[in-house]
Amino acid sequence: MTVNYTSKKVRQKIISILLTILLALVGIIVLLPILWMLSTSLKEQGQVFIMPPKWIPHPIQWSNYPKALDFMNVKIVYRNTILITSIDILGTIISSTLVAFAFARLRAPGKEVLFLIVLSTIMLPQQVVLIPQFILFKLLGWVDTFYPLTIPFFFATTPFLIFLLRQFFMTIPIEMDEAARIDGCSYFQIYARIILPLSKPALGIVAIQSFMNNWNEFIRPLIFINSASKYTVSVALANFSSDYGMTPWNLLMAASLVALLPCIILFFFAQRYLIQGIVITGLKG
Amino acid sequence: MGVKRGKLARQEIRAFYLFLSPWIIGMILFTGGPLIASLLLGFTSYDIVKPPVWCGFSNYKEIFSDKIFIKSLEVTVKYVMGAVPLTVIGALILATILNQKVYGLSIWRTIYYLPVVTTGVAVALLWSWVLNPDFGIVNTLLQRLFGIRGPEWFYSEKWAIPSFILMSIWGVGGPMLIYLGGMQGIPTQLYEAAEIDGASWWQSYIHITLPLISPVIFYNVVTAMIGTFQVFIPAFIITQGGPNYASYFYVLNLFRHAFQYYHMGYASALAWILFVLVLVLTVIAFRISKYWVYYEEQR
Repeated sequence: MTVNYTSKKVRQKIISILLTILLALVGIIVLLPILWMLSTSLKEQGQVFIMPPKWIPHPIQWSNYPKALDFMNVKIVYRNTILITSIDILGTIISSTLVAFAFARLRAPGKEVLFLIVLSTIMLPQQVVLIPQFILFKLLGWVDTFYPLTIPFFFATTPFLIFLLRQFFMTIPIEMDEAARIDGCSYFQIYARIILPLSKPALGIVAIQSFMNNWNEFIRPLIFINSASKYTVSVALANFSSDYGMTPWNLLMAASLVALLPCIILFFFAQRYLIQGIVITGLKG
Repeated sequence: MGVKRGKLARQEIRAFYLFLSPWIIGMILFTGGPLIASLLLGFTSYDIVKPPVWCGFSNYKEIFSDKIFIKSLEVTVKYVMGAVPLTVIGALILATILNQKVYGLSIWRTIYYLPVVTTGVAVALLWSWVLNPDFGIVNTLLQRLFGIRGPEWFYSEKWAIPSFILMSIWGVGGPMLIYLGGMQGIPTQLYEAAEIDGASWWQSYIHITLPLISPVIFYNVVTAMIGTFQVFIPAFIITQGGPNYASYFYVLNLFRHAFQYYHMGYASALAWILFVLVLVLTVIAFRISKYWVYYEEQR
């Protein structure tokens, strides 16, 4: 009996080890492209094309970074992207919390139908509305300004985040609203003083999600922005090779890595929030 | 009393629509309005400079007889049919393994999810370098480890689509994490009961895990389908649709017509065809889901 028990335990342990080795192998494959990018970004131009390639560059060419960043006008494009992304996050948080509050806490005729419309727009391909939006912005004289990239976010145009917030708001006991109403609070006070302070984790998730969505946005700045002084990181990166006249892989990888860095750093710090966001929408949706 | 309640209810309704107003305005200006506008534009000839001219179904006729459109549809469908099953099943397998007793769960979870947060132009550039036929790491490793001369990847008509599929599999961590969330939400009592009844691991997996996460599988299939149908950035950056239209994806065609040739009417018709296609696919997926997705009975 005891022998049987220990052998089962040993078997379990062996399985765990084997599975972990498998996971590690997959992990190496997943990381390979990023490590390759890092390695290339630190090589001298001549070393990039040496066969077989060396993983650890010799000498390590740190100067690729300032060179690449200088070339893509890092100060300007980063400033633009940070500005646009921060305004987008602000707009998204303000507008989608207001809307989600209405859907989660207030009763009104037509609510179900309206919410169904919100849900169905999650599935709507962006390209369908892009052309009329372009025409609208052109009529308004907004082309080649930051307005097309920022203003829409103040009108709750990210339906997925409305859904996420609504799911979260629904978990807060409705009795709190009722008590507050009896004490004479307005609906706006309930929203601002009860629901928002209790929803900090959800607000964190929304901020991170909209950061990730907007930092790497490409089509919209590509269409709406013309002058180089207003380029975002994505657009500058896309133009790198053609501006350079060839593809300097080491510089290009350095620039790409720097473009990705904010997302990677944010991911490491905010992993828990991201995973929680998936749980909120995935399990209760 | 009745009158007073009516007044309160009216107040609540007014508040509801007030809170909702940003969305209503956004819907009219940026979503619903443009949706209708592009439907109408699809029946016009419009180049931005001169006012649109009504032309009936001629855009649609032109589209369906355009060889390049047919090619772009074919290329996109191939890509979707390769990328969606591989990603969805690959993610399921990884999540299943992660849900066992393994060492370093959070490390693997982090590593697999990392590619999901790295998107856009930088990643497209990264992959065009990784799959570079002569100096890329993939072909180098194929040569050194297995002595195989790797394909030309993005530069070959035959291998262009598989290259994009490979790239999309890299994002397997997204759906994987959603599966994992679903699996961890399954009550352990179910597995314990099954074990007492003598069920093997495989039987528990087939009869407990899969049915209970089937809504999650469904969600992943639908979102992956919609997402991959709209692939644009990698093709725009890496291949520009080439070689010989081998990666001329649907949205790339749409983009060219809209913002390079300024065929706004034609491109709007293209956009609506895409919209209807995605809609039909989603509806079909929902219909089929009734037969295999298990929803716990509503109480």
